[in-house]
Amino acid sequence: MAMISTPGKSFDEIAQETLEPSPFAKLRKRIFGNYSFLAGLIIIVAIVAMALLAPLIAPHDPYETDLSSRLMNPFWHEVKTDEEHLLGTDKVGRDYLSRLIYGAQISLLIGFSTMLISGTIGTVLGVAAGYFGGRVDMVVNFIINTRLAMPVFLVAMAAVVAFGASLMVVILVLGLFLWDRFAVVMRSITMQARDLDYVKAARAMGCSTPYIIVREIFPNVIGSLTVVATVEMANAILLEAALSFLGFGVQAPTPSWGLMLNEAREYMFFSPWLLALPGACLFLLVLAINLFGDGLRDVSLEKGR
Amino acid sequence: MLAYALKRSFAAFLILIVVSGLTFSLSHLSADPALTIGGEQASDEDIQAIRELYGFDRPIYIQYLDWAGRAMTGDFGESYHYGERVSTMIAGRIGTTMSLGVLAILFALIISIPLGVVAAMRPNSLIDRFALLIAVFGQALPTFWFALMMIIVLGVWWRWLPISGNDSWAHFVMPTIALGYYATPALMRLTRAGMIEVLGSDYIRTARAKGLSPTVVLFKHALRNAIIPVVALAAVWFGFMLGGSIVIETIFNLKGIGWLSYDALLRSDLPVVQAIVLIFASFYVVLTLAADLLNAWLDPRISVR
Repeated sequence: MAMISTPGKSFDEIAQETLEPSPFAKLRKRIFGNYSFLAGLIIIVAIVAMALLAPLIAPHDPYETDLSSRLMNPFWHEVKTDEEHLLGTDKVGRDYLSRLIYGAQISLLIGFSTMLISGTIGTVLGVAAGYFGGRVDMVVNFIINTRLAMPVFLVAMAAVVAFGASLMVVILVLGLFLWDRFAVVMRSITMQARDLDYVKAARAMGCSTPYIIVREIFPNVIGSLTVVATVEMANAILLEAALSFLGFGVQAPTPSWGLMLNEAREYMFFSPWLLALPGACLFLLVLAINLFGDGLRDVSLEKGR
Repeated sequence: MLAYALKRSFAAFLILIVVSGLTFSLSHLSADPALTIGGEQASDEDIQAIRELYGFDRPIYIQYLDWAGRAMTGDFGESYHYGERVSTMIAGRIGTTMSLGVLAILFALIISIPLGVVAAMRPNSLIDRFALLIAVFGQALPTFWFALMMIIVLGVWWRWLPISGNDSWAHFVMPTIALGYYATPALMRLTRAGMIEVLGSDYIRTARAKGLSPTVVLFKHALRNAIIPVVALAAVWFGFMLGGSIVIETIFNLKGIGWLSYDALLRSDLPVVQAIVLIFASFYVVLTLAADLLNAWLDPRISVR
């Protein structure tokens, strides 16, 4: 008489399977084992908190000028000028620490709004191209290639000249330009998802196209969508800073990190920290977003980088 | 193959037409060019005379066709501000931008290919992690801030390199590093990924098994195959770099066409801006076309799809 057991498996193997951690525990392990993801997340949370609580934590009004205390030295400088301003003051006597704190608001606002606009455009185009294929795909491909051929930075500068420099114009221009990566990635993932068995089954059951796209396709693309979103958010933040640095972005007296770099340029020789600090903030924020995005990809995809 | 080449070339031509149309309409959406030329003191009759002289009173599509027709022959009209031929202004400066672009892409390749190869030989080793660190930093570093920091340290503190102008080769060192470092992460990751894939393939195992020296296997068999997509990507990056040169040329006062476009935008000198956008776009389109055709020639499966 044969023993009643699962064919091909020993008791040891079955025991091993039951002892294996649950999918949730595995995910938790992947998250906490991924230091870049954690580090990115912690820095982002800190910067977002700094931006939201800016009125509470900033020691001074970022717009308040005081010509009697211009270009004060920061705390580490040998020559003590002022104990009141931890990181010194800029050329019109505004507290530098407060301006850096408020600057986080501008960068995050630009990054987030741009990413929402470009993400919507890119996802719609990419999913349409990937799902319908054929002519639609051809047209979308042409639009993507046209967009890629346009020198973003130069055209963005020209658009700012045409429509006037303001936060709103910068967000709109960048949002209307930075959707290419979304479209390219969404297109290829939707193409793969379209041929999955359960999507075919949904089609055979007579589900409507919008239903299939929202309920069957979308859950497949959401992981990659988030990863691309982090990349584009970082990209938008860097572009805004560069535009503002050249004077084609956010206008004075807004405390944008890029604009602060512009204003500090003439003091490069005697107050280099005025240049070092806003750039370091930009670097830290973009680094955190990239680490978070890289980590997210590793956590959501088993294969890793 | 020929049919594929023709199809791709036609699409590339169509892209240039759309880009030129968009650029033209964008610049004509902005303030009335006649007012820009006339200046603030111009009377209504003067403005009217300027309109007729430059043909701004004609319908916009006629103006576009006229401009596009001339642009095909290399005639971009006259600068509003300097009164010089736009083609001569660009011809005198494009060499500087091209030298900067070529130097920067060479710098990026010299850094990224060896680093990518070494990282791929020992995945997850110390050197692989170091390479990843360089890539992560490079992606987050704002190019223009990196340039400013280099100026402070190498130019102002240590006085190693000149910080402004384009009189000698030394003037190109910092701009090359600033622009080239930006392309390093993407190229390095692609080299690493390509090498890891190739090193795991059957023909490498065969080559090793028949007793070839590791150096021959690495350089003659593996690298030659892994490097093709890297070169194609480098071509595309060269196109992006021309756009990135605007900020770098402005910071270092390197008077190429990037600097020229910044100067022209400050003065609303539309013919110059339009011409430069079209030149950057053409470069990108031609380079991607070349990369596509190169890939199709090396891998005939592509042209059938």
